[in-house]
Parts: sequence; C-alpha cells; structure tokens
Amino acid sequence: MGYAIEGTTGTWEVVVGLEVHAQVISNAKLFSGSATAFGAEPNSQVSFVDAAFPGMLPVINRECVRQAVRTGLGLNAHINVVSHFDRKNYFYADLPSGYQISQYQHPVVGAGVVEVQLSDGSTKQIGVTRLHLEQDAGKSLHDQHPTKSFIDLNRAGVALMEIVSEPDIRSPEEAGAYVRKLRSILRYLGTCDGNMEEGSMRADVNVSVRKHGEPYRTRCEIKNVNSVRFVMQAVEAEAQRQVEVWEAGGTVQQETRLFDSARGVTRPMRSKEDAHDYRYFPDPDLLPLVLDEAWIEELRLALPELPDTKQARFMRDYGLTAYDAGVLIAEKETAAFFETVAKGRDAKTAANWVTGDFFAALNRTGGSIENPPVSAQNLGKLLDLMADNTINGRIAKNVFEAMVETGKDPASIVDENGLRQVTDTSAIDDAVARIVAANQDKVAEYKSGKDKLFGFFVGQTMKAMAGKGNPALINEALKKALS
Amino acid sequence: MTQLTDLTIVQARDGLREKDFSAVDLTLAHLNGIEALNPRLNAFITVSHSQALDQARAADKALAAGEQRALTGIPLAIKDLFCTAGVRTTAGSKILGPFVPPYESSVTANLLRDGAVFLGKTNLDEFAMGSSNMTSAYGPVENPWKRRQDANAVLVPGGSSGGSAAAVAARLAMGATGTDTGGSIRQPASFCGLVGVKPSYGRCSRWGVVAFASSLDHPGPFARTVRDGAILLGSMAGHDPKDSTSADMPVPDYEAACARGVKGLRIGVPLEYRMDGMPGEIEALWRQGLDWLRSAGAEIVDVSLPHTKYGLATYYIVAPAEASSNLARYDGVRFGLRHDGEDLRDLYERTRAEGFGPEVRRRIMIGTYVLSAGYYDAYYLRAQKIRALILKDFTDVFANVDALLTPTAPSAAFAQGENMDDPIKMYLNDVFTVPADLAGVPAISIPAGLDVNGLPLGLQVIGKVFDEETVFAVAAEVERAAGFTALPAIRAGG
Repeated sequence: MGYAIEGTTGTWEVVVGLEVHAQVISNAKLFSGSATAFGAEPNSQVSFVDAAFPGMLPVINRECVRQAVRTGLGLNAHINVVSHFDRKNYFYADLPSGYQISQYQHPVVGAGVVEVQLSDGSTKQIGVTRLHLEQDAGKSLHDQHPTKSFIDLNRAGVALMEIVSEPDIRSPEEAGAYVRKLRSILRYLGTCDGNMEEGSMRADVNVSVRKHGEPYRTRCEIKNVNSVRFVMQAVEAEAQRQVEVWEAGGTVQQETRLFDSARGVTRPMRSKEDAHDYRYFPDPDLLPLVLDEAWIEELRLALPELPDTKQARFMRDYGLTAYDAGVLIAEKETAAFFETVAKGRDAKTAANWVTGDFFAALNRTGGSIENPPVSAQNLGKLLDLMADNTINGRIAKNVFEAMVETGKDPASIVDENGLRQVTDTSAIDDAVARIVAANQDKVAEYKSGKDKLFGFFVGQTMKAMAGKGNPALINEALKKALS
Repeated sequence: MTQLTDLTIVQARDGLREKDFSAVDLTLAHLNGIEALNPRLNAFITVSHSQALDQARAADKALAAGEQRALTGIPLAIKDLFCTAGVRTTAGSKILGPFVPPYESSVTANLLRDGAVFLGKTNLDEFAMGSSNMTSAYGPVENPWKRRQDANAVLVPGGSSGGSAAAVAARLAMGATGTDTGGSIRQPASFCGLVGVKPSYGRCSRWGVVAFASSLDHPGPFARTVRDGAILLGSMAGHDPKDSTSADMPVPDYEAACARGVKGLRIGVPLEYRMDGMPGEIEALWRQGLDWLRSAGAEIVDVSLPHTKYGLATYYIVAPAEASSNLARYDGVRFGLRHDGEDLRDLYERTRAEGFGPEVRRRIMIGTYVLSAGYYDAYYLRAQKIRALILKDFTDVFANVDALLTPTAPSAAFAQGENMDDPIKMYLNDVFTVPADLAGVPAISIPAGLDVNGLPLGLQVIGKVFDEETVFAVAAEVERAAGFTALPAIRAGG
C-alpha cells in the first residue's frame, strides 16, 4: 500500500535518501579557535586558519568530535575507532583554502538507524549509512552590490555533521518524519540546534521513482532544502516530474537540482557547478582520528534519555497512548513541561490539557515552550483546582484563558471572579426545581422515553448556575427530580 | 683575530659571552657583507637591516645582564618560506607578492625566543619547487664557489633553499633555516660545502611555513659545522600543538651528541645507492667516508633498500599531488597578487597564470592529474603504497644498523642553465635525498671533499626516525676525519 504516484503507464513508487547537514553545537570551529555564534558581524569570526593564510594548519577540535560521537551513539550507530580526514578540492570564493576538509572514505560514525512514526500509527526503520564531520564553507553574498559579490567567512570552518540515510524512504510523509525525528534526536543530544531557518540544519534530498519490483532508476539530488515542509514538497514535486519524464518516453538525467518553494517545483542548478572532479585525498596536515574505546563508553553512559526511550516511558509510566506520548516527546522541552504538569497528578488529564488547550494557546499567542503563555506550575495548579472540586472542567477552560490573558495563577483568578464550584445541594435542588417547572413539556417527553433530553436539563441547570454547579451533583439531583 | 663573519656559532657564542665583541658588531659585520655581496649573489630577497640591529641591541642588553641563551646575538638568515611577522614573505613567488604575514612561524619564533638575530629572508625556488634556485621569481642565486678552471661559470647553489646555502657559505649569515621536501636542505648544503640537517618528520613544526607538500616538508638548519647545526636544530625543534603532525617528544641535547663518537656503531651501506653513471670521484669519496668511520671504530655493513629505485617516481607523484591542493589558496581573493577578471573564474585564471612560474604550474598540473578520477588509483594510491614500502625498507635495515652513509647528490654544483632543458634531469638531483623525505627519517649532509674542479661534495648520514643524536654523532666523525677547510671564492671579507 502506502504512497504511490498513479501515472498513465501504471503505479510508481518513490525512493528517497537524505543527506542532512547539521551544524555541530560547539564554541569553536572544527579546526580553528574561532567563535561560531549565529548572526555576528560579517567576517568577525575568522582566524588565519579559516581564511587559509599561508602556513596555517588545522587542529581538530575535540568538542566537535565528542558531539559527532554522541550523535552517532544517539542514532544507534557504529562508532569507528579510526577515521580519516580528506580534502575535497574545488575552487570557490567562499572556500578560502580551495578544499573542504571532510571525511570521505573513513567516517567517524558508521551504520545506524532512525525509527519514525507515521500518521497511520505504524512505525518504520530508516537506515543511516554514515555520519561524518566536515567543514562548512563561507557565504557568498551576491545581492549587496550591483557588480560585486561579497564574502562572509564567519561560517567558513564551522563543524558540520553530514548524516546520510539509506534510500529507505518511500513517501513525502516518511521524508518529513525522518527529518523531524532526526532533528528531535539532535536537539535531545544538544549536538545541533536544528534551526533550519538559520541554516544550522539543511537537507540534500535524493529522489528517484520506479515501478514496483524494479531496481533503482536514476536519481536527482535536490540541494539545500531548508524546512521540513519543503523537504516533503520537494519529494512530491520531484517524483511527479520524474514520472512525467519517464512516461513521456524521456530519461531522467542524474543532476543536482534546486527546490523553488515559491513555485513548488524543482529546477536544475547551473550545469557548470556539477562538473566537479573533487580529487579527494587524505589531508596530509591531519593524522588519523583515533578514538579511545573507554571514552566512547563514557559518552554512551552519559547520553541523555532520547525520544524513543522517553516515549516508551511515557506510555508505561503515564499510561499514555503512543500518539499522545509521541506528540509530547517530539521536543525535549515539551516533554519536560508535561512532566512538570503531570507530577503527582492524573497523567492522562495533564496530557489532554498540554496537547489541547495549552498547545492551542501556544499557537495562538505565537509563544514558545521555553517562554510559554502559561507556566507548567500554574497549569498544574489549575488541574489541582479541578481535582479537589474547587472548579469544574468548564470553568477551568475559562480560568485557563484568563491565565493566558493575565499571567495570573489560577487560584487568584477563581477567587477574584467568584468561580468556585457550587456544591451546596440545596442551591442545586432549587435550580433543578426551577428548570423542571419551566419545562414541563420536555419533562413529559423525557418520561415517555426520550432519554437524550437529560443532557438538555443538565445544560439548562448549569446555565442557570452560571456554569459553577458541580456536574455530578447536578446529575444526581436531576435524576431524582425526573424520576 | 679572525674576521667576525668567519666565526662558527660556537665561537661567536663564546666571544659574545666573553665580550670580545658585541652582538651589534657581529650583526653589522654580516649586514656589511650582505651589502657588498648580495647584489651579486642574490641570496637574500629581503634584508631586514633595522630589525636585525634592533634584535642585536636587545641581545647585547641580555648579554650585559648575563642572560645568554642558545643563540643570543647570533645572526641568521631565514628561508623566505617561513612566515615572519611584519617582514614580507614571498615563497619565491610573484603570487605572494607584497604579502606581509601578521604572524611568526613556530620555528622562527623558537629561534627568536633563543635570542637569534634575523638578517633577512633568503631566496629559494618558487614554493621550494626546484633543485637549482632557478625557478625563483626573484632571480637565480649564485653559488659562492667557483670551478678552479672555469671561474667565469656561474654555478647554482642547489635548491630549493639556495639562498640560505649561498648566504651561509659566503659568510653572510652564521646559519640559516631551510626546508627539505625532496632534498632542499641537503643538496644545496652539498653544493655549497655546508652542513645541512633534515630532522625527522614532526621534529620541527610546519606551522607558519608556506606549505609545498605537507607530508614531506621538513624544516631544518644550515650551518658551517655539525655542532652549529646541532645548536640550531636544538632551538628550532620541539612539539607544537598548532601542527597536528608535530611530534610530542622532548628535544635531546644534540650538541652533546656530536661528541659521542662512532665506536661500536654499525653503519649501513645501501647497495642501491650505487647508481649507474655516478661520477667516480663521488664513489671514491663515499668509500673514503666509510674508511674514516671504520677507522674510528664503526662496523661497516652492506644493506639493501630494495625500493630505492621507485623513490623519485613516488616523490614526483606525492609531492605535486599535495602541492596542487596546498597552492589552491593562492586565488587572488584574500591576500597576495590579484589580477581582476570578468568573473570569478577569470580572476582565478589571470591571477594564477600571472602569479605562478612554469615549474609551479607544471607541478600543479601533475598533481591535479594524479588525483583525478580515473587516475587516482594508478598514480596517487600506488605511490602511497610504494611510500609505505620505502619506509619499511628503512625500518628493516635499522633493525640491524644504527645509521647509513651515502653520497648526498649525484654531482657537484652545476652551472646556471645546465640541466634546464629537461625537468627529469633536474629531478635526478634528488635521487639520494628523496627516500629519507618519503620515510621521514633524519639525515645530514656534511662537506667531505672536493671534486676535480675544486667544488664541494657532501656525504649523507641517514638515521632512525627521531634518532637525530646518532646522526649527529656520525656526521661529527665524518666532519672530523674529512677536515674540510676549503673556502668558497666569494665570501664576506674574502
């Protein structure tokens, strides 16, 4: 079953592999001591090594290696105790040395696996081929001057992890789920901030199509796609294009393409750019990178709880469904928020509130989980007010909105607005009596078997009590009055 | 008293300590020599006159305070491949043009730490690519030695460190730095009657040395005696965390090692260095050297380095491959020469066509070719495998012997213009020196005799990796036995 493209000649399967470039979180660049902060003044974070001045030499930054190894461990991948750095040679103005130091034949991390969850509730294993460390290039700015290009080398030499997947992905949804899951793992590990809009994570998307049971056909690589949505759109657009090419009797050419997000299509990059012979060879300025097994073990033991483990724990300890747990653990901060709310309270209620009203408020206000419209502590207190019958669920929703508005804690909102639930049975009996008296026709219908009308009486009574009546006591009183 | 410029470093060190003369006197004597002879010899590209005098005055102050370090007040020449803070560094190329590095190479920083005075930057083959100093964009260097019968012939000093060799031979500096990638210290040392030291790979930091071939570049010193060479290397060497290939090992007392003698040492004679067509006088000098060592108590042993014959071919694949990549940074964008163009590609092409000379261009093309898709396995990869076999040759023989003795070069200095018709002929100059570079083992050339024309010939001692001490001990014995006292025709005060 699954995703497929119906062409005029039959059904086409989509085959996708992703190369994700993730900027390593580290204070210094991969081979120099320069800072790596985003948004600094152009060329303010450039050392003589980064600018490839004569006689300058690279020295590997231990922290970047540590982050790559931790990422490998987080991807359940094999860590290569010996790896090598190679030079990838090409000329470009934002590549000062004329070569990028990368790991071509012997990457620091080997095969691993990422499990993704799909909307139909199924899960799928996507193979990771390898992860290697490499330098980023600088940035060419072509729009600053009518006839000149400007170069910013702040990014030149920043450490990137290139994470290459197997061609295991079969739909735009799977591609999106893979990128999201990968980003989630990197963020949990603190090895990449995953900010695709700032360019600290970007994907090259390899797409081909084939008829069922065929070997792989020619693929195209869509470079530098910078959001999950665009990754999904790019897969869809490119697969569609290739089906059309094949079905028109043409041949898909292996080439590098760009995704035009405004028009929702891919188009070829200038052919000049992919005629490179990179002349890879081992970088003679660097010795092989040799890792200590004990150090790798130390890093493995110190890994934080990762998304899959956390999800399993949420399902087990909080009794949540896979779906709810999956939503809550997608971001480490959201999971922590939930755990604060759920601590000592009913977990299912906490989950409903976090994924329901709280997420809605988050979206509406444009807030972030780090700076939420309602704190986890206050949301917890709100749940407490419901649990001890101070307010009922309906009032709670109003109190929550007031909390978003004012930032006040729920108890003071309840007090200031007199929202305490009425549990006085005589007041409830009075209200019930009034509603029954005013609706004798409905009473007759109810008694003749129209059970559904019971809800009408509950609503009317609650309305008469300005929403503050205890629902259970109202039910009880109504049953008595209508029997 | 002998002239100040004729002193060895050891003698000058003593004289400075005894206040026989000042560091300023010593520096001025050399600066005067440079002024008189450099217009002819072209050994220096840049003379840092006022900086040298400042450093000499600082040295005198230190001496007055009783603070004498290993090289306090000793005037040296620096190969113009070492970046020197505030002093133009050309690498012998037009492409670096007016480049003034804002940083000091680790090796020269070590020399300055020890009190040395820098007279200036010496001429070299462009990017150290050559064996004659003829490829320099700043003109050829004249060897201060003359053929007895043909005093008009202008001889080359060898290369690539030709300027450093000529400067030390002509008494324009007491010592100099060089770099040896395929023989660029030892061959010019042999041509100019000097001691040239190529230490083990990793012994001297490459940080701040303009790269030619990273896995082969060895900084090292020139001196007029083995002991002076030991003093200079002792200062230049040492672990440098800024160079990942630098060896994290203590630096032994090389000067002391010079006095060890060779009694009981086993000296290997590699059969494969007996090349067809080698001049008889070089063969004879080699036998003479072995006799000296035998007389001094060493045991002479025939050994085999079976892959020697592949050394040159391997070198001329590995070195250009690395160079083609190392020299990509000279693109006209950030420093040095820029020739503007229609677009980026045009800028690259114009800048590099104008900035690089023919030999550099040839090697970039060779290097680019051997790394290209489809040729990598046949050339670069195979060369790396043979390089490993050459290293194994040395490892194997050093299980049985302590050092090797060989000639340094297949001939004495040749005249400018000779060997220029065919690059391969020029490359053959390095046949005896290249293997030690490929293997990273230490080697020293010592002046051991004169050829029929009265030109110096060197013998080479090769040792185990990081065992420079034994190499110095053997070299000192050869030096003592040879009693080489001949002087070049052109020299300061001569």
